[in-house]
Amino acid sequence: MFRKFFSVAAIMILAAMAVACATPTVAPTSAPAVTRIVETKVVEKVVEQTKVVEKVITATPAPQTPVAKPGSIVINGAGASFPYPLYSRWFFEYAYVNPAVRINYNPIGSGGGISQITAKTVDFGGSDAPMTDAEYDKAKGVQMFPIVAGPVVPVYNIKNDAGAMITDTLKFPTTTLGDIYLGKITKWNDPVLANANPNVKLPAKDIKLIVRADSSGTTYTFTDYLAASNPEYKAKMTGANKLPKWLPSTLAGNQNPGVTAIVQNTDGAIGYVEISYAKEGRLPYGAVQNKAGEYVVATMEGVQAAMADFGNDLGDKLVASIVNAPSKTAYPISTYTYIMIYMDQTDCVKGKAALDFFKWAMSPDGDKFAAALDYVPLPDAVQKLVEAKLSKVTCQGKSF
Amino acid sequence: MTASTRTFSLKEFNRRLRHGDAIFDALTLTAALLALLVVLAIGWQLWQESHFTRQTFGWELIIGADWNPYDDKFGALPFIYGTLQTSLLALLIAVPLGLFIAIFLAELAPAWLSRILGFLVELLAAVPSVVYGLWGVYVFAPTIVKPTGEFLQSFVGFLPLFAGSVSPQYSRLAASLILAVMILPTISAVSRDVFQAIPRAQREAALALGATQWEMIAQVLVPYGLSGILGAIILGLGRALGETMAVTMVIGNNYNLTASLLEPGSTMSAIIASQFGEASSIDLFRSALIEMGLILFTITLILNMLARLLVWRVARRVPTELRV
Repeated sequence: MFRKFFSVAAIMILAAMAVACATPTVAPTSAPAVTRIVETKVVEKVVEQTKVVEKVITATPAPQTPVAKPGSIVINGAGASFPYPLYSRWFFEYAYVNPAVRINYNPIGSGGGISQITAKTVDFGGSDAPMTDAEYDKAKGVQMFPIVAGPVVPVYNIKNDAGAMITDTLKFPTTTLGDIYLGKITKWNDPVLANANPNVKLPAKDIKLIVRADSSGTTYTFTDYLAASNPEYKAKMTGANKLPKWLPSTLAGNQNPGVTAIVQNTDGAIGYVEISYAKEGRLPYGAVQNKAGEYVVATMEGVQAAMADFGNDLGDKLVASIVNAPSKTAYPISTYTYIMIYMDQTDCVKGKAALDFFKWAMSPDGDKFAAALDYVPLPDAVQKLVEAKLSKVTCQGKSF
Repeated sequence: MTASTRTFSLKEFNRRLRHGDAIFDALTLTAALLALLVVLAIGWQLWQESHFTRQTFGWELIIGADWNPYDDKFGALPFIYGTLQTSLLALLIAVPLGLFIAIFLAELAPAWLSRILGFLVELLAAVPSVVYGLWGVYVFAPTIVKPTGEFLQSFVGFLPLFAGSVSPQYSRLAASLILAVMILPTISAVSRDVFQAIPRAQREAALALGATQWEMIAQVLVPYGLSGILGAIILGLGRALGETMAVTMVIGNNYNLTASLLEPGSTMSAIIASQFGEASSIDLFRSALIEMGLILFTITLILNMLARLLVWRVARRVPTELRV
């Protein structure tokens, strides 16, 4: 057995040696020599041609500015999946504005976006949740800025006693969603819900809680709102959280589509998704009572009012929670989604191209695609703050 | 060496042939060692990358039942339990069914029907798991799992295994049933091939001795092909243990430890897949998920070895006359 193994090993070594020896000894034999001569000639020709080209260039009196080839500047990003539908639309449209730039974005989630920009494996990151202090410590020189905002809506699937789905817009009083996710309100015909919705005949069915299985910026926004609107929730559940410990009876789906699917197929379910998934999944979504006491359905104006309320609160980090905004028209479960870049770029060409793209995305040209996909463009005040910050981005220590 | 001096020599021919053998031996040995190397490398990497949690928690991670990453609580027991419960229940359902299918295809069905059905069964094995998952979420769970769960709840609900639940359609039962559907083609297709490979003489001998068809199948074919059938079961179990996408879509992804099949739960592969994106930025969290991968890897190895042991024990007990 061992002898056989050794003979095999010896042959392997011999074979390796043979290959190693064979390579240099190939040249002196007659046949390959011919090809070598041909190759050298080709190389010489190429060298000659390059020389000629160089001469032509140096001889040209006015050197043209180099026009970059289409798709020659590749910018890579990764992070939050919440804004991904809009980002991919933007990248597609931006190819007509500046064909030289191609942008890739990998929607791996907010946490992944933060870790990738920290590791500098991408040119920009995306996140719905602000970075924590510990994360800033690991990624020195990173700047977050909001690029667009959007609402998260409570969706539900309740069949009435006749078996038909209730399509009315249910009203959720201030602390109700918090109480539902705390397990204090367990039936759809609970007096709180019944009193707020006198026109809807709610059945005596259990409320089934649907949440996200993956760590999610949508969950962060939703729990941020629950904590802001319901003191008991805040005390028990540690506030805004991308992955909270929910009640034992919750069902969880992966990503927005997973939550939508479970709500669609569970009688008595309540869940929370980004608004476009509610519309695509044909699920009714509720009107939420805001801080001023008004019931507001998620609209572009509602989110913009929420942004305007906190327009002065962005600080140097350019992040702000915009849930439970005080003004009358504000939609209370709203969020910014952020881009993360380094304030000092290492690649000047890419850095310039990325900044140009972000400016375009925030301009009226980019805004119209946002509105079409139910995202909400930044109000002017916030946009000015972001532009002022972006103008300070440098490349290898020098300004652009 | 020129052509004129080349004469046929048996010795020379033999020597060259042996060289060919040796090279072939070396090639196959390298391939086999490569497989071993990959397994060892994966195990080593998982062991290395999970040192944070192994040092911090030790055995607590395996026996702990509380999973709350942002509170630094990493208890993997709900996921270990979920993986084992769903896989074993899936086997319990799929093995007898798969064997029946295999026996029908190999022994009882007319050739034309066997060919069509066999093709369809193999087709089932090739359906991507995300398709099973979608089908599970929208069709299987609401129309089949839900009434099954409600039935079990009302009849044997006093047992902890079938204790009541809010929404039985997305539960460990749903995951087990969908896993059973997914491993059924693997088990039946491999077992059918095993039955078909049994020499005709075995059947004829049994029938000539006066055995009925049932006796021939139960007392001759099944024992004869037992090691192959066990191989099919191991393949099915392997798929069930590692299946991620379809399971995470129907199991409800709940991180609490409950005995009941009708409660939502989660499995090791499901939680790794759904939370790895976030975990990559937090050392302890990532380490916990990698350790979960290590546990899954170890469980798979142990179950495989147990199955091998079983095959070996069984093979020894079968009378040698049957195995000629």
